[in-house]
Order: sequence, then C-alpha cells, then structure tokens
Amino acid sequence: MKLTFLEKKHLVIPYAVFLLLFVILPLVVVLYYGFTDGNGNLSFENFIVFFSGTKTMGTLVYSLVIAVITTVVCLLIAYPVAYILAKGAYCRKHSFLMIFVLPMWINFTLRITALKEILSVLEGNLAYYPFVNTIICMVYDFLPFMIMPLYNSLSKLDSSLLEASADLGATSAKTLWHVILPLSVPGIVSGVTMVFLPAMTNYVVLDMVYNSTYIMGSLIGSYFSAYDWNNGSVISAILLMLIGFFTMFTGRVAGEKEVARS
Amino acid sequence: MEQDVLIELSGIRKSYDGKTDVIESFDLQIREGEFVTFLGPSGCGKTTILRMLGGFEKPTSGNIYLEGRDISQLPPHIRPINTVFQKYALFPHLNVYENVAFGLKMKKLPKEEIEKKVQHALEIVDLVGFEKRSISTLSGGQQQRIAIARAVVNEPKVLLLDEPLSALDYKMRKEMQLELKNMHKKLGITFVFVTHDQEEALTMSDKIVVMADGEIQQVGTPEEIYNEPANVFVADFIGESNIFNGTMTGDRRAAFAGAEFACVDDFEIGKKIDAVIRPEDVKIVEKGAGQLDGVVTSADFKGTFYITFVQCGQYEMEIHCLKEYPTGTEVGLFVAPDMIHIIPYDTTKNTFEGEILHYDKDTGLRVSFGDITWDIDYRKLYPDAVDQNGVLKDGNGTAIAVEGRKFIASFAPYEARLHDEESKGTITGTIVLFYYIGDHYSYTVRSKTEEDYVVDDEYLWNQGDFVGVEIPQDAVNYRLMEDDS
Repeated sequence: MKLTFLEKKHLVIPYAVFLLLFVILPLVVVLYYGFTDGNGNLSFENFIVFFSGTKTMGTLVYSLVIAVITTVVCLLIAYPVAYILAKGAYCRKHSFLMIFVLPMWINFTLRITALKEILSVLEGNLAYYPFVNTIICMVYDFLPFMIMPLYNSLSKLDSSLLEASADLGATSAKTLWHVILPLSVPGIVSGVTMVFLPAMTNYVVLDMVYNSTYIMGSLIGSYFSAYDWNNGSVISAILLMLIGFFTMFTGRVAGEKEVARS
Repeated sequence: MEQDVLIELSGIRKSYDGKTDVIESFDLQIREGEFVTFLGPSGCGKTTILRMLGGFEKPTSGNIYLEGRDISQLPPHIRPINTVFQKYALFPHLNVYENVAFGLKMKKLPKEEIEKKVQHALEIVDLVGFEKRSISTLSGGQQQRIAIARAVVNEPKVLLLDEPLSALDYKMRKEMQLELKNMHKKLGITFVFVTHDQEEALTMSDKIVVMADGEIQQVGTPEEIYNEPANVFVADFIGESNIFNGTMTGDRRAAFAGAEFACVDDFEIGKKIDAVIRPEDVKIVEKGAGQLDGVVTSADFKGTFYITFVQCGQYEMEIHCLKEYPTGTEVGLFVAPDMIHIIPYDTTKNTFEGEILHYDKDTGLRVSFGDITWDIDYRKLYPDAVDQNGVLKDGNGTAIAVEGRKFIASFAPYEARLHDEESKGTITGTIVLFYYIGDHYSYTVRSKTEEDYVVDDEYLWNQGDFVGVEIPQDAVNYRLMEDDS
C-alpha cells in the first residue's frame, strides 16, 4: 500500500474534524449563548437569574440528591457483586459478569419500560412513589457502569496482599477495611464518575416514571423547547463546570492512589 | 511428644481436585528454634506445605500440631505464625512504617508500644530512617527487608519464608542468605524456609527436607544430605554427582561403570545398586594407575576448579580438579572406597499388580495391569498348563480358574522407550522426574491414572514433557500371586 500521500499523521484528520464539529464548536456555542442576552450583548444576567431563582436552585439540589442517592445505592450493590465476580472461585465468572452487563445490549427506553411494567404490577399505581421509582430505574440503568470499573480494579488486586493481611492477624472485615477498600479507590472513583454525572441529567427516566419534578436535564429541555437558548445554555455551562470540578477532584484522589500503587 | 518439638505434621495429605494428591502422607517434626528448609524442584509440593502451615490451605486429611495443639483448621489470622511472601506482598497504599506496624495495629497495641517495636524491627533489618518512604521507591532488597521486618515485628513462634530470595540478584541473594542466618540466630525464632536452590539450602539450614513429587525424599542436616543421599533423586538434586547402575560383586565390592570398585557399604552379593560419586572425589592419575581409564573430552575453567569430563568406554565421569587436563589426554581415574556411596536399587520400580480378565484359545490370556490391557500367551503365567478345547488345564488335567487371578507384572527400565508421538506408546504420561546415570537418563513417567513408569533413555527430555512409553510385550515378566481364596 502506498502511503506517500497519506502519511501516518494524516490519519488524525477524521478525528480532528469530528472533535472540532461535535465537541469544540458546540462548547463555544453553549458558552456564547450562556454569556450573552437575547440581543447578543455580553451579560451575566443569565447566571444571576439561575442562582437567584428558588425554582432553578431547587432543581439543582433535587438533581444532586437524585444523583447522590443513585450513586450510593449503585456502589453498595456493585461493590459486593464486583468483588465476588473478581475474587470468587467461580469457574464461569465471565458468564456471571455477562449477566450483569447484558442489559446494556437492550435499548435503554425499552429496559425502563419493562421495569415500569413490573413496578406498576408491584405498586398498583406508579404515581404513588415517583421518587422511589426514579431511583430504582436509575440504579437499574446505571449499575453496569459501576460494576465494570470496580470489577477491573478488584480483579487486579493481588490476592497475596489479602493473604498477607490475614497472616498479620487481620480478620476478613479488617482486611476489607484496611486493604481491599483503599486499594480499590481508583475503581470506586471511575465508577462514581460514570454514574454520578449522567444521573444528574437523565430526565428521560423521570419522564417515564411520571416524576413531574424537574432535574437539571429537564430544565435545559424546557428552556430549549421554548427557544430560550440563553437560559438553557447557562445551565449547560453550570453543569459543565460542576462536572469539571468533580472530575478534577476525583482525578486527583485516583491519581494519588495510582502513584502509591505503582 | 518430645519436649522441644514445636511443630508436628502428621499424615498430611492434600488434594485440590479430589483425584490427584499434591502431598501424600507427609510426616515431619520441627524443633523449636530450628532453621528448616524445604528443598525440591518446582511443583514438588514444598510451597503447599508452607501454605498449610500458614493457614492459607487446609490439609485434605492429617493434622498440624503447634505446641501440641491441632492448628490445621485454624484461619491464618489466629495462628502465631507469620510469613514472608515470595513477592513480598507489601501493602502499596501504606508507607514503610504503616506496613511494618500493620500486624501490631491489628492486635490493637498502644501507639507508643507499636512505635517502639517498629523501630526495633527496622533496626534489625537495618532500614531505620525509611519510615515515611513509599513502598514503590524501595529497591527489591529493601522491600525484602521490610517484608521480613513486617513479619518478625509480631514476634511469631514460627517465621515462614516462601522463596524470599528468588527475586534478588546473585550478590544481593548471597548477602541476604547470611543476614537471614544471623537474624535467625539473633531472634531465636523457628524459621521454615522454602527454596528450589540447593546451594541456598545447604548454606542456611540446620535441617533440610528434600521433597519431590509431594513426598519427603530425605530429612537431614546439610552434611547428611550431601554425603549420604538416601536415594538417587537426592544424590542428583543436591550438588553434582556421577551416578551409575551396578551390582554388588563381593564383600564391600561393587561393579559399575565397567570396572570393579572397593567400597565401604555392605550389601548382599548380586544385589542391584546405584553408585554415587561426587565430582570432587575422583582423582585423575596416570593411565592404568586407577580403576578406570579414559579420555578427557572437555575441561572448563570455573574460577576455583576445572570441570573435566572423562569418557571411560560408554560411561562419562564428571570430575572437579585443580589442574587442567587438555582435551584428548588419556588418563586414569581413581576413587577411594569411602568416596563411593552405594544406594540399594529400588525394586518396586515398574512393578504392577494385575488381574487376569479372561482366557480365549485364539488370543490367549487377556490381562490388565497398570494402564495396560493386552493378550498374552498363557504359558507366560501358567508354564505347565495345556489348552484343551479352550479350557486351561494343569498337569493333573483339572481346569484352572484363571479369571480374576492376581499377578505381578514387571519390566526393566532399559526395555522401555520414550516417544514424542503418543500413538507409538503403549501408555502415555508426563515426565515427573529425571536424572542422569553415567551413560543414560532415568525418567519417571506418570500416567493419568497416577501409575509411575521408569524408563531409561539416552536422549534428554524435560520434566513436564508429555510422552508415549513403548513397552515391548516380550519385555514384561509375569508372576502369579499366591491365591488367597
């Protein structure tokens, strides 16, 4: 094959174009609308509106609450599952892992619809428990994203460290607390990142379980559908910043652990 | 039980899959304060024994007593035993101080006491001042010391060391060997050490347990193991040795390697033996002045001596000598009587209990022994019998009940042959042991059903090779067992 014209470095072009069109350009557009008023003048008005409005702030808090609870529940379920999968003596652990990851092969709305049917049979009327149902559906949706990084992190854990811990007099509980948990922090961090951020904005689940409370995603949606690009964009920008701070913080924690491990 | 016996392993058996035994009927006593080394090739079960002492494995049957108390079912964290792991297994998220303090913290000792003990342990391993260092910044040797400090700080009754020096380079290993030995003297703790390095074992131990294939081959001091090997495996595994098959020919006289030698071991005349001669115990003399004559085939300088190989007819002798003999020199070899170690030949080799399945007048007796089932001439088991219309009758004309009769089948190792094509073998199996005897190798091949076949072959194969063993029908001897019915 001739590579005289198409040198290796030219292979980057498709991705560079993609990056420009679908990542950088939208970001610039969001920031432009976020920092301008309806007439295109530079303004911080949109920020002031967001942070002074009780409704918008309430939405932010509600989004955070949903995201935190979803993340915590996911972590509590995923950690033991991932541990058993990674360290258990099952000869077919890949099949077991598959069972937990398999739902990801099915369309997301389809899965939620199916879960909705089950819940409505159990509860009679879905409208009775909108909050609980939201959490259940969110957890169901995001669980694999928590299991995978935890599984990866725990299966890399050297089992001789666990033996060393037991050898030095630690009970299983103490080994979990003093050895396994600290060493799986990188996995916990990436799992939390992968669940927490989408959980803050995924308003489709709320819609589907008839939860009429707004979260950040629904707020953006409602502004955009009213052609209010400026207020929609400012919320996107705020979310972006939140996510940025969160990633920086968790990245630092994980980074420290990574250095300590190598 | 004796007063100073600290650990007693009694009838230990371990099987992971319920079919094959990794450890078979293992009995051993370890005295208080002893430096015991388990020595053997990889896969011999030495690490399994250590892991059972540490509590990471439980014996399938048998008991482990520590000071008379059965600990075989106790979990590791209750045992007063600490381990130095092969790859150290230091906690990467803790610094040096926290690593060493881990065991004491688990025991909930007061902070000042922990500090004092950690300090003392770091003094022992000569790493004071490293407390705040991260594990990843330490060299292999330093990590090794921290691993030792982390174990001894708990003042265990027994310290287990699982090939702790194998990851270090040669010089560092030599240094650590001496340091460990000194540490053992200073601390007075019982050390149980596992290694595949015979030199390491000889240097460090009070007592060596040579293991092969899940069984103890010999227990003794380094001197005993080296000078009086209990069997050919030990002789071959420990140090260099020349081993020859031979026969006792007279009162303290044995024939092997094509000559007759005076020796100091006394066995009955005609008994098959293996003679072991260490390379440093052979003297090179004028041609005709020794028991053997030969030609030097190679001489390699090894720093303090020359490794000289002398071909005597079909036999090859390895000699360590201070003088260089050029290749091609004709020399005589002399071995003093007390330098020859005679080991009686293991007569249980290649001996199998079998059973007659049935008799057919066209195909003969169908017999089964080991992994083999084949048809043989009835005269091999019943020389005096005759066939009358398909029924075997003895001299008096009475029919012989052949079905179910037990017999012993055996064949000589040199009659069988190894093949790398399975289809050429009478049976197939994996080589589990081998050693060199004068002019050929002796291989032990283990079949799937755990039968061992000993085969002589002049070519070099490797441990773990899957081979076919060809056993010629004519080579097998049969002997009826006493009818117990």
